Amino acid sequence: MVDAAAPSSAPTASSTRDLVTADGTPLKVALARATRLSKLRAFLLVAPLLLFILVSFIFPIVQMLWRSIDNPEVTDAIPRTAALLEDWNGEDLPSEQVYAALIEEISADGMRQEIGRMGARLNYEDGGFRSLINKTQRGAGEISESPIQYAMIGFDEAWEKQDTWAELDALAESPGFAAAFPATAEKLRAWETGNSPFAEKTPGADVYETLFEELSGSGNSTDIAQVVSLLGGTDNPIADLIQRTAANAAEIKDRPLRFALGGVDKDWNDTATWKVIKAVSPPVTMSYYLNALDRTYDANGNIVMQPEWKQIYVDLFLKTIYVSLGVTLCCIVLAYPIAHLLAILPAKHSNLLLILVLLPFWTSLLVRTTSWIVLLQSQGVVNDVLFFLGIVTDESRLQLIYNMTGTVIAMTHILLPFMVLPLYSVMKTISPSYLRAARSLGANPLVAFVRVYVPQTVPGIGAGSILVFILAIGYYITPALVGGQDGQLISNFIAYHMQRSLNWGMAAALGTVLLAGVLAMYWLYDRLVGIDNMKLG
Amino acid sequence: MKTLLKSVSMAALGFAMLGTAGTASAETLTIVSWGGAYTKSQVEAYHKPWIAKTGDTINSEDYNGGLAEVRAQVEAGNVTWDLVDFELSDAVRGCDEGILEILPINELPAGDDGTPAVEDFISGTLHECSVGEIVWSTVYAYDTTKLSSAPTTIADFFNLQDFPGKRGMRKTPKANLEMALMADGVPADEVYETLSTQAGVERAFAKLDTIKDETIWWEAGAQPPQLLADGEVVMTTAYNGRLFNAIVTEGKPFEIVWDGQVWDIDLWAIPKGAPNKDRAWEFIKFATDTTRLADQSNYISYGPVRKSSFAKVTPEMQPHMPTAPDNFKNPLQNDFEFWADYGDELNERFNAWLAS
Amino acid sequence: MAIPVYAGPLERVWYYLYRFICGCIFLFLILPILVIIPLSFNAEPYFTFTPEMLSFDSAGYSMRWYQDMVNNEQWLHALKNSFIIGICSTLLATTLGTVAALGLSRAELPYKGLIMGLLLSPMIVPLIITAAAMFFFYSAPFGISEIALAKTYLGVILAHAALGTPFVVITVTATLVGFDRNLIRAANNMGADNVTTFFKVIMPLILPGVISGALFAFVTSFDEVVVVLFMAGFEQRTIPRQMWSGIREQISPTILAVATLLVLISTILLATMEILRRRSDRLRGIKN
Repeated sequence: MVDAAAPSSAPTASSTRDLVTADGTPLKVALARATRLSKLRAFLLVAPLLLFILVSFIFPIVQMLWRSIDNPEVTDAIPRTAALLEDWNGEDLPSEQVYAALIEEISADGMRQEIGRMGARLNYEDGGFRSLINKTQRGAGEISESPIQYAMIGFDEAWEKQDTWAELDALAESPGFAAAFPATAEKLRAWETGNSPFAEKTPGADVYETLFEELSGSGNSTDIAQVVSLLGGTDNPIADLIQRTAANAAEIKDRPLRFALGGVDKDWNDTATWKVIKAVSPPVTMSYYLNALDRTYDANGNIVMQPEWKQIYVDLFLKTIYVSLGVTLCCIVLAYPIAHLLAILPAKHSNLLLILVLLPFWTSLLVRTTSWIVLLQSQGVVNDVLFFLGIVTDESRLQLIYNMTGTVIAMTHILLPFMVLPLYSVMKTISPSYLRAARSLGANPLVAFVRVYVPQTVPGIGAGSILVFILAIGYYITPALVGGQDGQLISNFIAYHMQRSLNWGMAAALGTVLLAGVLAMYWLYDRLVGIDNMKLG
Repeated sequence: MKTLLKSVSMAALGFAMLGTAGTASAETLTIVSWGGAYTKSQVEAYHKPWIAKTGDTINSEDYNGGLAEVRAQVEAGNVTWDLVDFELSDAVRGCDEGILEILPINELPAGDDGTPAVEDFISGTLHECSVGEIVWSTVYAYDTTKLSSAPTTIADFFNLQDFPGKRGMRKTPKANLEMALMADGVPADEVYETLSTQAGVERAFAKLDTIKDETIWWEAGAQPPQLLADGEVVMTTAYNGRLFNAIVTEGKPFEIVWDGQVWDIDLWAIPKGAPNKDRAWEFIKFATDTTRLADQSNYISYGPVRKSSFAKVTPEMQPHMPTAPDNFKNPLQNDFEFWADYGDELNERFNAWLAS
Repeated sequence: MAIPVYAGPLERVWYYLYRFICGCIFLFLILPILVIIPLSFNAEPYFTFTPEMLSFDSAGYSMRWYQDMVNNEQWLHALKNSFIIGICSTLLATTLGTVAALGLSRAELPYKGLIMGLLLSPMIVPLIITAAAMFFFYSAPFGISEIALAKTYLGVILAHAALGTPFVVITVTATLVGFDRNLIRAANNMGADNVTTFFKVIMPLILPGVISGALFAFVTSFDEVVVVLFMAGFEQRTIPRQMWSGIREQISPTILAVATLLVLISTILLATMEILRRRSDRLRGIKN
């Protein structure tokens, strides 16, 4: 190729060298410049709109679709904890350092909103996380003030009970107790109890700490045995509590925060909880898409099916497709006869009838939907007529609205003009002489129609069908108003996640899947009909 | 063409300014409530006197409850609502999540008998971010012309054999799950205990399953009386004030069944970063004083939350209040903590259940 | 088309049956729109025909819902908003769309398919996705919440303009298909500058396309509710938005009165469109 080009280019260049424009520029250069200029001019005309659409339409859509994988909530709220969890092996509970970081970050002032967002995000993975995060947020501040106190409570919630401390308080007067736990006895004696409703039910943090110090001190087994016997042996639950706390004191002292958070909610002592937080920490996630396909990650990061009651989206996508196909089919069946009639009638009549198609087309969608509510409700016009004709009784009035029937009827009506108009424009170009020729060659009317006429209308059917299908698959308003519970389509769930559940990632994921489907259909339309041939009105 | 272009650019400029001017004015409050007869009662009792007093403009918007819209505004960084009428569980959760302003509750005016506000408000109606307003109730009602025998208990609502016909229910799990359990024989004081177990939730949904095919779901408070009037349903749950409005004001042949009523309170709260939050707080202080609260009960049958307002409720309205002794025989108070904690899961579950 | 003389009895039956079927389908198309007109004169606050109405008793009819509409500030405000937003977005969409169509109709334009696809995308993308995307974008464009356009008139106008441009592009491109570019060269030869050429030569020829594109853009905005639901604040409520809450929240037959009014408006728009179409055909020498 290179070899061939080299010798051949020389003579071509020499032959055009002679051709120059008036100011002496070679013609080739001038031509190229002129082409470039006219290209630029054409582009400059398009540029303002292109820029407007790119900035105000394409960019927002890309930005929204990005939300379907964007996953900043956990790292925004608890960055240090998330970073520490990265090194966690996932088998034992995370280190005390992780618990400390979590407690500090979750109780930070001015982070309520971020924490709230994280709670919502985690809740998508596993219901119950939001209340866990809220609870922990409320409790974490107290924990960091007196970790030992809450570690004891976390070890056994009996340490939070009024009864426990009332009994110990009573014991504090006895010399045996004072001998065993002198510092605690002194503190307890100083503790103001009483019958006032405003009195503290449990002592302050310092009492907890002192007692814990004495329980965990070395060589204190005799002291503990003494207190236990003072309390009447291990049958007494408080004696048992003291014994168990002393036995586990080393562990509690080692990891007070683990016990304290476990006291807030035992889920913090479950590796599954931490695994979810770790799994949701990376900056991007596929979990919204998995959810949109009724799948999810399990605790070990494998993709599994959602629990059965959550499996709704695949069915919903299928339902949306079926409904759109059904509406398209209804439109073909209804549009074909009238488009044909319009095409064969003289222009004077067909123009008049065309208005009957165009008026609904130009009438507000909300108006048409309102009309169907008026017509179809059980005390509505259709049922009234049926009742008047004796077809239904008052008890057996048909339920035509707030269900799938209502959605299909109203959508068919609203989309019918989009089928009639392309069909009509195709049928108008079909010469009636073809049919006459078929008839004169001996075909009966039906055969002539099916074998000669119908094939010629296929492009119209195709164009109309794809148009109706594209519009139907993304429909929102009509199902929302007349669909009731089972007439809801995928768009309604996108709106639900946008406006009610505020699971914006999920809305974006569902939206991306829907958009991909629509673009595929659009591509098909462009291939079959050509976007330039799209006609309006 | 020149003049056209000129007018276009003028118009565009005008709107650009409108866009910013709308939020800068301190004298326009956007107050969001539940629409219909309820909003009307607030307009009469609160808005009109406030406008007369201050000369402010009040934009009265409607919504159907829930935190979503406020959260969306705060998260998107574009808050336009100044004051919102919330259910308790939503007000508490909004406060937990930091999307509501914290209010200086101690500034609230004392009752007209001199009782300080914190003692005058009945317990549980003052919170960190919200100030109580009314006591209302979810009850059910039926059309007396459509049923041959009168339902009397909450169980009758779920009894399709003896009381055939379509039902109406609010499109939310709140109050529906409670009613389902009470109808299934759970005593009112054990409802939330039952509902916090998996088995209890299954049981409630199983009960709802029995009428699912016969149920039309409503979202706005104005819908259920309309559904009854149009004959779309023979009985429906509804807010008691809306039913009062249909029965007493419009003379509809409906009858309320108070058995198993789920009562709750509504509160005022200010979204975080509201454009006129100081003005909104002034409005709250004004609208929750003894006189204004008592006055609202003249327009709709919801009870005031101030003790000092009780005496001022007119005798004609007394029997229509949810708290009237005849009505208050088997009540259940909506547990805001339960719904603040479990609301998300149950909502998701409920919506999946509806879609399946 | 009359029945051919050679038609058999079966064909005669079919001929009338076919017309009957078509009649039913036309009824299906038009009845829902007509039915609300008498109902909007209902004296009762509900959506059904009352016995009084059916017996044509004048007591069954009233103008109360029209009075209600006229006396209701929200409806009037919404009507005003619909026109303001509709007209402004139409002007924007028509200007941008017409200029772009001029560029698109030039053969030299590079990447024509891609550009066309991008320009028409607002018509293709399901509205719910558009609305959600615009809600995020206009709340804080490029992450700057100080220039937020959500809940302002300008924001809604820009959003509706984006939705309306594809219609202008399509209709104007269509009128430019048969456009003879020699006319421009002739005008240039005779000394007209580009601007004069545009307004004196191009504009009159493509005007029907521009106006029908503008009408489509206007109807798109006038009828649009999903984007308004997500993006508009209370101040920017339009008629469809008000109807939406009317149907879902405060049900009152006032919506039927408004609906009747809208049917009237759409009839006028349709008539305008039809007159334009005929004029355009005449101008371009297409015989009907």
